[in-house]
Amino acid sequence: MTRESEFRFAWRLAAAIFIAVAVEAPAVAAPLTVREVAPGVFVHFGAHEETTRDNLGSIANIGFVVGEKCVAVVDTGGSAALGAQLRESVRAVTRLPVCFVINTHMHPDHVFGNAAFSDEPGVAFVGHAKLGAALAARERGYLDRLHQEIGDAAAGTRVIAPTLTVASTRDLDLGGRVLNLRAWPTAHTDNDLTVLDAQTGTLWSGDLLFVERIPSIDGSLIGWLKVLGELRQLEPKRVVSGHGDAGAGWRAAIDRLEEYLAVVRNETRSAIKARRTMQAAVAEVGATQRGKWLLFDDYHKRNVTAAYAELEWED
Amino acid sequence: MNHLIFSRSGLASIAVAIALAVPGAPHAQDQAGAGNWDMIRQSMFAGRTIEEDGAKLVELETPVRAEDAAVVPIAIRTRMPQDPAQYVKKVYLVIDRNPSPVGAIFTFTPESGRADIETRVRIEEYTNVRAIAETSDGRLFMTTNYVKASGGCSAPAGKDLAESMARMGRMKFRVEGEVKQGEPALAQLMISHPNLSGMAMDQMTRLFTPAHFVRKIEVTYGGKPVMSAEVDFTISENPNVRFYFLPRGPGELKAEVVDSNQLKFESSIQVKPGTAGS
Ligand SMILES: [Zn+2]
Repeated sequence: MTRESEFRFAWRLAAAIFIAVAVEAPAVAAPLTVREVAPGVFVHFGAHEETTRDNLGSIANIGFVVGEKCVAVVDTGGSAALGAQLRESVRAVTRLPVCFVINTHMHPDHVFGNAAFSDEPGVAFVGHAKLGAALAARERGYLDRLHQEIGDAAAGTRVIAPTLTVASTRDLDLGGRVLNLRAWPTAHTDNDLTVLDAQTGTLWSGDLLFVERIPSIDGSLIGWLKVLGELRQLEPKRVVSGHGDAGAGWRAAIDRLEEYLAVVRNETRSAIKARRTMQAAVAEVGATQRGKWLLFDDYHKRNVTAAYAELEWED
Repeated sequence: MNHLIFSRSGLASIAVAIALAVPGAPHAQDQAGAGNWDMIRQSMFAGRTIEEDGAKLVELETPVRAEDAAVVPIAIRTRMPQDPAQYVKKVYLVIDRNPSPVGAIFTFTPESGRADIETRVRIEEYTNVRAIAETSDGRLFMTTNYVKASGGCSAPAGKDLAESMARMGRMKFRVEGEVKQGEPALAQLMISHPNLSGMAMDQMTRLFTPAHFVRKIEVTYGGKPVMSAEVDFTISENPNVRFYFLPRGPGELKAEVVDSNQLKFESSIQVKPGTAGS
């Protein structure tokens, strides 16, 4: 070894140790900024960006609800490193243990922080009955992509399957506070779960509701439109959406999302009827929606591809 | 996380085992899969000249960047009439960096009318995609495109696997537009099938779920072959092919499909040239 390569080796070793320590001991992580949107309900709002080394996958809304006995975390962010930061935010608010880590669905920006909570004594990981299978099928692809996006900052990130599943509804008791969980039929994904904090009327919708950021269709376009109709009936005081801040204005947010999905459905159906190919439909459908959503060019064409593949089997 | 994938389909005789690299590792020296192509070329076309002809005889249409790596629409168009004296006999689809690079081999006859094919494929990494046409007199012509896509093969089948399994085997088969006697007519065959790549891992067992995919599609018109395809999980879920046939009179357009579990599906339509297809 030359002196230079020895130096490089030592530097890499030091970096590796630093990363290992950072992941093994989340206590060194800085807490995320959270906003208390209702008494005992804390949210960290993610950025409207793709996952990068800088944001560590902080692109979806994640947070927690504090009861008298314990805490439920709702979604954990896009990496174990980010999950560790969320755990520090919990610690900054309360010393109560985390008894539940709830995932609203399978997407990496909602589940990849789970590992940071795996050593909480007695913690249950809670998800839709179809979440485990959905994660298993996508595990390799999701992890590969995270490594491409954030490199060795992905260290410690892994898939944690749900240990408590919800097939229809389930209540979780945090002590003096009950969360009502509801599993939905295929919509944004085939494993969407909502969390209602009845005490404050706060509904965590997961990605059944997108605000500002373009929605991604990874379940069923037709199913999603149906579920949105049912979400309206729940009449919460406020909604913590998966992306963006729906808050008390959630009805208008559903209107905007419904408009987008309906335009994609209607125009894709017309294209299929007119015997346009998938390529042609992808180039033509939904042009009026550009400018209404952030990251439109990153997801819209993929949404039309998904819509076409779904709708060509109608009738 | 290295995988060795051996195709179990009819492509097995020319299967190429490819070790996928460690996730996230850069493929600096082999960005487009040139090493894989050398192996494929050796095993399939050893000692033969392949004319890299741009788009003169074989035209390949692919997106520069795939919107969804699990559903990448591609079109291969050949520019030689299907004259019994000389015609395009086979078209090979090679995706260099895919786990099973030889994704499809299409066979045509003079009864095809045109040796064109459209389908949708999965693409695992940034890669070269090749369409190689082989003429009845044994000449080879190739067109290569570079496609940016990732994760298509390891993507699970279906956004809703339960729905996909329930519908397996259903087919939609139709002829596009007006069918005229003696003019190539365009047909579309849709096969509902999860086309499982077998690359998705079961989290409980840590085993890869078994592959289950369409491996052969044979289409005849009036009993004569017009298009057949040996395929594997390179083709997207719910395989979709568009191809031509030459109607010389009324007849039955019939598709027979066999999957890797030996399940057979078939569908047919009656065609009367001069009238619109059903
Ligand atoms: Zn999502």
